[in-house]
Amino acid sequence: MATSKWKTVALHAVLIAGFLLSIFPFYWLTVMATRKTGEIYGYPPKLGFGTQLLDNIQRVVSTIDFFGAFANSLFVSGSVALLVLFFDSLAGVTFAKYEFPGKKWLFVLLLATMMAPAQLSLVPSFVIMAKFGWVGSFKALIIPGMVNAFGIFWIRQYAEESIPTELIEAGRIDGCGFFRIYWSLMLPILRPALSFLGAFTFIGVWNDYLWPLIILNNERKFTLQVALSSLNGIYVTDYAMVIAGTLLAVLPLVILFLFVSRQFISDIAAGAVKS
Amino acid sequence: MNRRLTAEIWKHRKAYAAISPFFIVFAIFGLFPIAFSMYLSFQKWDGIGDMTFNGLNNYRFMLGDPEFWHAVTNTLLIWVYSTIPMLFLALVLAFLLNASFVKCRTFFRIGYFLPNVTSLVAVAIVFSTLFSSNYGLLNYALNLFGLQSVEFLQRTWGIQFAISLMIVWRWVGYNAIIYLAGLQSIPAVLYEAARMDGATGAQAFFRITVPILRPIILFTVITSTIGGMQIFTEPQVLVGNDGGPGGGGLTIVLYLYREAFINNYFGYGAAVGWGMFVLIALFSLVNWRLVKGSSN
Repeated sequence: MATSKWKTVALHAVLIAGFLLSIFPFYWLTVMATRKTGEIYGYPPKLGFGTQLLDNIQRVVSTIDFFGAFANSLFVSGSVALLVLFFDSLAGVTFAKYEFPGKKWLFVLLLATMMAPAQLSLVPSFVIMAKFGWVGSFKALIIPGMVNAFGIFWIRQYAEESIPTELIEAGRIDGCGFFRIYWSLMLPILRPALSFLGAFTFIGVWNDYLWPLIILNNERKFTLQVALSSLNGIYVTDYAMVIAGTLLAVLPLVILFLFVSRQFISDIAAGAVKS
Repeated sequence: MNRRLTAEIWKHRKAYAAISPFFIVFAIFGLFPIAFSMYLSFQKWDGIGDMTFNGLNNYRFMLGDPEFWHAVTNTLLIWVYSTIPMLFLALVLAFLLNASFVKCRTFFRIGYFLPNVTSLVAVAIVFSTLFSSNYGLLNYALNLFGLQSVEFLQRTWGIQFAISLMIVWRWVGYNAIIYLAGLQSIPAVLYEAARMDGATGAQAFFRITVPILRPIILFTVITSTIGGMQIFTEPQVLVGNDGGPGGGGLTIVLYLYREAFINNYFGYGAAVGWGMFVLIALFSLVNWRLVKGSSN
């Protein structure tokens, strides 16, 4: 009995140590955001909170168009997430609940596309965007991402288990067409799967860096990540401001994540175990 | 027969319409660029002027460029430094979290997963302050223990260490959550039976846990191989487009980005993309073999 008590304490000590390491960078980011640049560069480092947070934030907002970049990120991530939810769920339920010639082959083809490495086509994708006249435009960020194989796969799995086939029959008898059945009868059932897919897509697009960096050439169109990276490169002398900007950029996602975290984490795991 | 198939397809036209957006978008933005990049890789082109056919010269130059091989070595080293500790720690963490007497499991899971949803640009900025030579927290800690400061971001190994640590920090929780789901799918009866047969904890771990987890471990190895070969944001934000002093942070994608989008060698950038593709395929195959093979 004594050993098992020891075991419990030791185990929790390890878990708590890991937990603290895991969240420490967030703490450190917040500490630095409340300090003056001189204090950040000072030695020994100050480990507690300072008083400069509001000052620093004010300088971020007045030096760069922070809210503009924030709105750009919100617009791009939100649009992609909404389009993905619509197109992926429409295709997902079709693969799950309808029979049509070639269905098996088309689904295998869809899964095979997930193997195509994204970075291989970085240069040609840029050239295509230039031909379309989409360089510097949000279209280049939104349109290619508006539907994806992973989400269709995810919705199909969920729909197969949760949507009863009788529902479609009942809808038909009531005179609902194909789209009506999807929109009014199936979508409400899919809600849990949709909320994961939406959050997953939103977070992914929000954090995207390489593609927006290549595509966006006008500061007014910068997403938060690109704006943040250019801020980091330019304002070495006002580092407290850079750090405060970083904090502001991280915060919304942390909050969003804390709201959806429980379901989100188990869905991530389920997705990986299934595939 | 043909007419019947046509009629059948026409009957299901709405189903085809519902799945068509994916295939259209993939054809334009997925498939076509891959074919086009093959064509581009045989051209000399600065993105503005005329393309000229360049034969195999892009590939020849790539294989002869020491910078390219430097980037390949860096990428592989960073992969080794990050993936092995990451997956090992994730497995240990999952095992600990799975113990029946753990309190506040959800709380821990959220904390461990949090790094994974944070933007890489932000992470790189925070880590650049942690690793800084003069005021960095890490050097402060070293000094506290009576050790000399290290100029991490001025040295090849230091840069690679910082990048690897960022990757480990960001992905341990993610992989642990996946392993945990796998562990929870193992019925407790199996362990009961093993204990009745007199198996030790270690025996149960290697004879029951590891074999059942193998497909999941394979999944995490393959995804971290594909991800690790494409590291870009960490070094670019941490030490810039050239990979820092000594070029320790010059990864393959950073090299590709620099050649194509900073130096405007578009044809060459496409060829480097194919080089990277071959590398990912080979490396995934090797890892797949290793994980699969160790079962026999």
